Amino acid sequence: MMTHSDIRKPFPWHILVFLGPGLLIYLTVSVYPLLDTLRLGFFSEDESGATFFVGMQNYANLLFSEVWSEPFWNALKNNLMFFVIHMLLQNPIGLLLALLLSSPRLRLSGTYRTLLFMPTMLSVVIVGFVWQLLLSPLWGISEDFMYNIGLGDYFDAWLGKEGTALVTLSLISVWQFVGIPMMLIYAALLNIPEDLNDAGVVDGANSWQIFWNIKLPLLLPTISMVSILTFVANFNAFELIYAVKGALAGPNFSTDIMGTLFYRTFFGFQLQQGSPTMGAAVATLMFLIILIGVAIYLFFVQRRIQRFQL
Amino acid sequence: MSFLTIKGAFRHAAKIGLGVFALTTLTAEAGDKLVIESWRNDDAKVWNDVIIPAFNKSHPDIKVTFTPTPPADYNSALQAKLQAGTAGDLITCRPFDVSLALYQKGNLEKLNDLEGMKNFPDVAKTAWSTDDGKDVFCLPMASVIHGYIYNKEIFKELGLSVPKTESDFFKVLEKIKDESRYTPLVMGTADQWEAATMGFQNVGPNYWKGEEGRKALIDGKEKLTDPEYVKVWEHLAKWKPFLGRGYQAQKYADSQNLFTLGRGAIYPAGSWDITTFNEQADFEFGAFPPPVPDGQKTCYISDHTDIGMGLNAASANKKEARIFLSWMAGPEFAELYANQLPGFFPLGNHKISIKDPVASEFLSWRGQCEQTIRNSYQILSRGTPNMENQLWNVTVQVLNGSMAPKAAAEEVEKGLKTWYQPHM
Repeated sequence: MMTHSDIRKPFPWHILVFLGPGLLIYLTVSVYPLLDTLRLGFFSEDESGATFFVGMQNYANLLFSEVWSEPFWNALKNNLMFFVIHMLLQNPIGLLLALLLSSPRLRLSGTYRTLLFMPTMLSVVIVGFVWQLLLSPLWGISEDFMYNIGLGDYFDAWLGKEGTALVTLSLISVWQFVGIPMMLIYAALLNIPEDLNDAGVVDGANSWQIFWNIKLPLLLPTISMVSILTFVANFNAFELIYAVKGALAGPNFSTDIMGTLFYRTFFGFQLQQGSPTMGAAVATLMFLIILIGVAIYLFFVQRRIQRFQL
Repeated sequence: MSFLTIKGAFRHAAKIGLGVFALTTLTAEAGDKLVIESWRNDDAKVWNDVIIPAFNKSHPDIKVTFTPTPPADYNSALQAKLQAGTAGDLITCRPFDVSLALYQKGNLEKLNDLEGMKNFPDVAKTAWSTDDGKDVFCLPMASVIHGYIYNKEIFKELGLSVPKTESDFFKVLEKIKDESRYTPLVMGTADQWEAATMGFQNVGPNYWKGEEGRKALIDGKEKLTDPEYVKVWEHLAKWKPFLGRGYQAQKYADSQNLFTLGRGAIYPAGSWDITTFNEQADFEFGAFPPPVPDGQKTCYISDHTDIGMGLNAASANKKEARIFLSWMAGPEFAELYANQLPGFFPLGNHKISIKDPVASEFLSWRGQCEQTIRNSYQILSRGTPNMENQLWNVTVQVLNGSMAPKAAAEEVEKGLKTWYQPHM
C-alpha cells in the first residue's frame, strides 16, 4: 500500500524544455565568452600567435606602465565625463519631459511622446552621421541657425576641437537616448494614483509641493534604476564615438573612451596589430569598473530607497 | 554587458557558427570557386565587370568572387575570419607589417615559387617580404603616388603657375587666399589619416631624402628629432591659415566634395583620388609633385607600395588560386588594372600605357624624382605605441596649432624609444 509521500512527482521535464534553450544560448554566447575573456587577460602572445601565461602582467602594464596607462586613464577620465554629462542632463530632462507629457492639459501628448522617443530607435551610425552633417562647418545648417538667433559668432567646428569634441558627442548621445528615462519615468508617473494628488490638493498643496513631496519620492526608485542603466550603457559605449571619430578617437584622443580603447587594443588599428590578450585585459577592466559601479549602487543606493506600497 | 560579451564571443562563437556555415557552403559549391578578400570596396564594379570576366576568358572553369569589406574594418574583420577559418582564398595584402604578421602566424602561403613573381623587381616585393628578404608572401599589385592635385581653371583665373619650390608654393597659397574666395588648400583633420598620409608623408621625403632617410631612421642613425624631420612639421604648421574654415571637423569625403565642387584650389592628394575626381569634377584638373625646399635640386616622391594579393594558407582551392595569381602577375592584368583604376600604378616590369592624363602625369614623376615609401610602414610601426598612429595624432595637432613642430617630433621619438632597440 502506498502512502501519500511515496507518490513520486514526475520529473519536471517541462521546466528543462522551456529553460533549456535560453540557458544554453546564455551560457554559450554570454557566460562562456565572459569567463574566457577573464582567462585570456592573464596571457600574452608572441609573433607566431602562440599564447603563454603572464599572470597580472597585462594589468600591471595597463595601470602603471607609461605607454598603456596614459591612454587607459585618459579613456577612463573621458568615460567618466561622458557619464557625468549624461547624468546631469539626461535624467533631469527626461523627468521634465515626462512631467510635461503627463500634464492633462497638454494636447497631442501622444505625438510628442512618439517624436521624443524616435531618436532612441535610430541606429547610432545614422544619428552620428546626421549630427555630423548638421554641425559641419562646410555644409551644416547649424551655423545659419545660430546666426538667425544672433549667436553666429559662437559657431565653431565643435566636433573637431579637443576642448569641445567630447562634450558635443555626449550631447548628441543625450539627445538620442533621452527618450528612455522619459518613457520609464512617464510610466511610473502614470502609476501614481490620482487619489494621492487629490489628497494633496485637499490638504492645500500647490503643484510644486505635490511634485516635491508626493511625485518625486514615488519616482525615485525609477530614477535610480534609470541612472544605473545609464551607467552601464555609458561605460559600454562605443558605437557613436567610432562612427563619428573613428577608432583613434581624435583629436589627440580627446574623445577616447573605454570602448574605443578596447577596440583599438583588441582588433588593432591601421598598422597597429591587434592583441587579443591585451584587449581581454582592457575588457576585463571595463567589466570590473561596471561591476564596481553596480555593486556600489546595490549596496549604497538600492537598499536605502524607500518603496511605497500604493 | 552586451558589448563585452559580444566582442568576447566573437572568436569562439564565430569558430563554431561560421565554421558550420562555411562548411555547408563549401560542400554546396565544391572545388573551383575562388573568393577574394579586399578593403577596396570602391573597386567592386571594376573587378566584377572587367577583371574577373577577362580572367574567365582564358580560364572559364574557375569562378571568382570579389567580396570587399569597408577599409576601416578590413584588418579586424580579416583577422577574425582567418581565426574562424572562414576567410576567402585570395587575400588582398596591406603593405609590410600587417601582412607580415599574417604570414608569421601561418595565415598566408609562401609565394617564392609562384610563376610570374620574376616579373617584379625586388623593391616592389619588399613590402611583402620577410625582413631578411628571403620569403615573399604576396604578389605586388599596385603602388600609389603622393602629390598635389590642382584646379586648372582657378589657376588660370588667378594667373598662377605650378609651384616648383617651397617658397613658390606658399606664395601661390597666399595669392589664392588674398585674391579669391576659394579655399587655398583643401584638407581636413577630422579623420586624422590625411594629416599624416597626405601631409607628413607627402611633404616629408624631400626633407629626409627619400629612401636614404627612411633607412637611416630604421637603422637608428637618424632620429625624428633631427632637423630634417622637425622641418616637415614646420612646413605643415604653415598650412593652417590656408586650410578651409572649420577644417578641424572636415572629413576626407568633405574634402573630396569641396574640391570637386570647385570651391578649393589645391588638394594634397594620393593618386587614388583621381578616379573619384574623374567622376565628380566638371573642371580640368592637373597634378604637381611636392615642391622642393628652396635650393634643393633633387626631388623625392612617395611612391608607396600599397596593395598586394596573397594566398590564404587554409584555402581549399590552392591550385586554382595560384593560377589566378599567376595571371595577375602578367601584363594583361597590369594593363587592365592601371587603366580601370587610374592612380593605382602597376609594379611589374611590363610595358603598359596609361591613358588617363592625370595618372600618367603622376607616373611621369618616377622619371624625374627619387622614389620612396612611407617611412612609418616598414618595421617602425610594429610596437606600442604605434608610430603610424602617433604620426596621425601629432600631425593633426600640428595642423590644428595645438602642438609645436618640435614637440611633435619629440613625442614620436619618445614613442619609438620605448620599444625599438636602435632608437634607445
